[in-house]
Amino acid sequence: MPASILLVDDEKGFVDTMAKRLGKRGLSVRTANSGQEGLDALAGPGNVDVVILDVKMPGMDGIETLKAIRAAHPLVEVIMLTGHATVENAIEGMKLGAYDYMMKPCEMDELLAKVDEAYTKKQAQETRILEARARHIELRRGD
Amino acid sequence: MAQARENAVSEAPYYQGLAKSMMFTIALVSLAPLLGYALLSGYQYTTAYKEKVEAHLRELVLKHDQSVDSYLREKVAEVQVLGEVVGGDRLKAEAEITSLHNALVRSHGSDFVDLGIVNAAGVQVAYAGPYPLQGADYSNAEWFQAVKRRRVFVSDVIFGLRGVPHFIIALLVDVGGEQWVLKATLDFMAINDLVEDIRIGETGLAFITNRAAQFQTTPRRDMTGEVKLLHNILARGGEDSILGRGRAAITVVDDPVTGREVLFVTSPLKDGEWFMVYQQDTADAFAALYRIRNVGVAVLLLGTVCILAMAFLLSRRMARKVEVADQEKDMMNDQVVEAGKLASVGELAAGIAHEINNPVAIMVEEAGWVQDLLEEGLQKDDNEREVQRALTQIRSQGARCREITHKLLSFARKIDPTVERMCVNDLIREMAQFCEQRAKYANVRIETSLEDGVPQVEASQSEMQQVLLNLINNAIDAMDPGGGELDIMSRAEGGDVFISISDTGCGIPKANLQRIFDPFFTTKPVGKGTGLGLSIIYGIINKMGGDISVKSVVNKGTAFTIRLPASKEGMRCAAGNGAAGEQPPADGGRSEETGG
Repeated sequence: MPASILLVDDEKGFVDTMAKRLGKRGLSVRTANSGQEGLDALAGPGNVDVVILDVKMPGMDGIETLKAIRAAHPLVEVIMLTGHATVENAIEGMKLGAYDYMMKPCEMDELLAKVDEAYTKKQAQETRILEARARHIELRRGD
Repeated sequence: MAQARENAVSEAPYYQGLAKSMMFTIALVSLAPLLGYALLSGYQYTTAYKEKVEAHLRELVLKHDQSVDSYLREKVAEVQVLGEVVGGDRLKAEAEITSLHNALVRSHGSDFVDLGIVNAAGVQVAYAGPYPLQGADYSNAEWFQAVKRRRVFVSDVIFGLRGVPHFIIALLVDVGGEQWVLKATLDFMAINDLVEDIRIGETGLAFITNRAAQFQTTPRRDMTGEVKLLHNILARGGEDSILGRGRAAITVVDDPVTGREVLFVTSPLKDGEWFMVYQQDTADAFAALYRIRNVGVAVLLLGTVCILAMAFLLSRRMARKVEVADQEKDMMNDQVVEAGKLASVGELAAGIAHEINNPVAIMVEEAGWVQDLLEEGLQKDDNEREVQRALTQIRSQGARCREITHKLLSFARKIDPTVERMCVNDLIREMAQFCEQRAKYANVRIETSLEDGVPQVEASQSEMQQVLLNLINNAIDAMDPGGGELDIMSRAEGGDVFISISDTGCGIPKANLQRIFDPFFTTKPVGKGTGLGLSIIYGIINKMGGDISVKSVVNKGTAFTIRLPASKEGMRCAAGNGAAGEQPPADGGRSEETGG
């Protein structure tokens, strides 16, 4: 199953084109034009595996959005997108639990690779959670 | 640097004034004690020296006075002894008087010229001497009259037939009950020589006169012209004598004959009938003093000239050093301003980079999308239309980049610090627009409320730009995180233009308020702020003759107010786009309100 992605950036043109390109590559892509929209999309119906999040946005910026995502959806992986001037913010984001960061504009292949890795990590995590849950059930059955 | 040179030219009188005041101070400080000391010691030396010279002259005169007096007294006594011991009766005889005269000549040398006895009728009865004066009638002679009254009479000096000075001592003697007169003629040559020999310096000479200023001795030079003057001096009788009774009195008067100032020392002798007079030109008497005084004055003048020259050279050199130092300081200031400008540009760069980065990212994505579509082939679906759309997007994003770079270029190009008349409103609009992107990401709303028709100010575009940019950057920083409102206002009041920039940020604690304009004062972490921004602004505003003030409440916000004097010849700014002219408006119809 291909990864399902949420793209958050205030530049509509960027988001739209990126979404088309990722869609062409078989990913299911949803978009949001601000941090709040992104959070709404996550809270709404449908599954999101990886969030691609711009660091610098007016209003609620990338870091705040990241914090909110980590709080509400701890399993969702986040890849930060940043311009050169905000690398420090991206690093801060990784400390807060983002999976990785990429410089804007980024190569599509690299981005896909990162998304894949993040998705794999998320799946592995989910698998471990499932296994743990299964063990727990087994144990309960066992006693 | 051009500015520094300009300043140097306009401040040339300042440095000249500085040099002058320094020179004056140096000269005053060094000359005043020198002159004071010279005057004081000169005065004291002069007084002491004059006193000494005068004392010396007094002593000289008194000494001679006494010796002449005692000579006269001695001679009178001798004649009195003759009169009393020998007696008038014996002296009537020619032989007696001749032998007596011979005896006197033997023992007293040539002092006694002749000896005679005159009867009560004034006829010389007996005579011994070199002249045939037997039987001469003296009944009308002055001395004969006088001796009758005073018993003993000493006459003034007479230059007789031989031209030899002599005087007469007359004495009443009793001859057979009648009052006869014993008359002795004495040579005055010895005294004449004694007095005449007093000579000091070039003009110092002594003589004896009677009360009527008739010379009793022959002065060394012709003194007939000064007789009247002498008479006056003697008439006063030496009232300024410090020894009393007119002894050794000193008078200083101008000699009408020679025209020079003359010092007279007068002392009475012969019971005040005669005066010993010593006279000398003061210039001569105090020659040594005047010589020393001249040397002193010369040294003083030379010293003064040296001091003045030194003061002049020294102060000029100092002023030049100060000037050079000031120029260096100005240059340094310019460099600091330039550095500060770079720093504020650096702060901007973050915003600008992101602003450019965004369209670039879109262009890259669109290009990638076009590639994707080309791989599929243009025939499929509406791929061709999609490519068209992507290319249009790339074009419009390219135009966006161009606009940003133009803005940046126009900012960077304004590095010329020349002062010109400019309109603050235009600059505020420009800067507000310039900072818009940065403000947007910091969630800051920039609002400008600009009064129409504020007067133009004399300022340098680049410097004003720096002022506004710094204040706006500071305001945006103050509202981080969380953002807020940034109000920029302009208004005219009196002859001044006020610009205020207020934010709703964290505010400045009272303790820091006084220090914010100090260089290198910053509350930002190391490496984030230079601490130069506000101090540079302060310098720029001050230089323009304006001032900057700040009001701040912690957690409420801060307002900086700049007052700039309006240009005297300047026009009022037109509403909207004004007289700044050289800067093409980036987009003409923008609203006054910008930002997120």
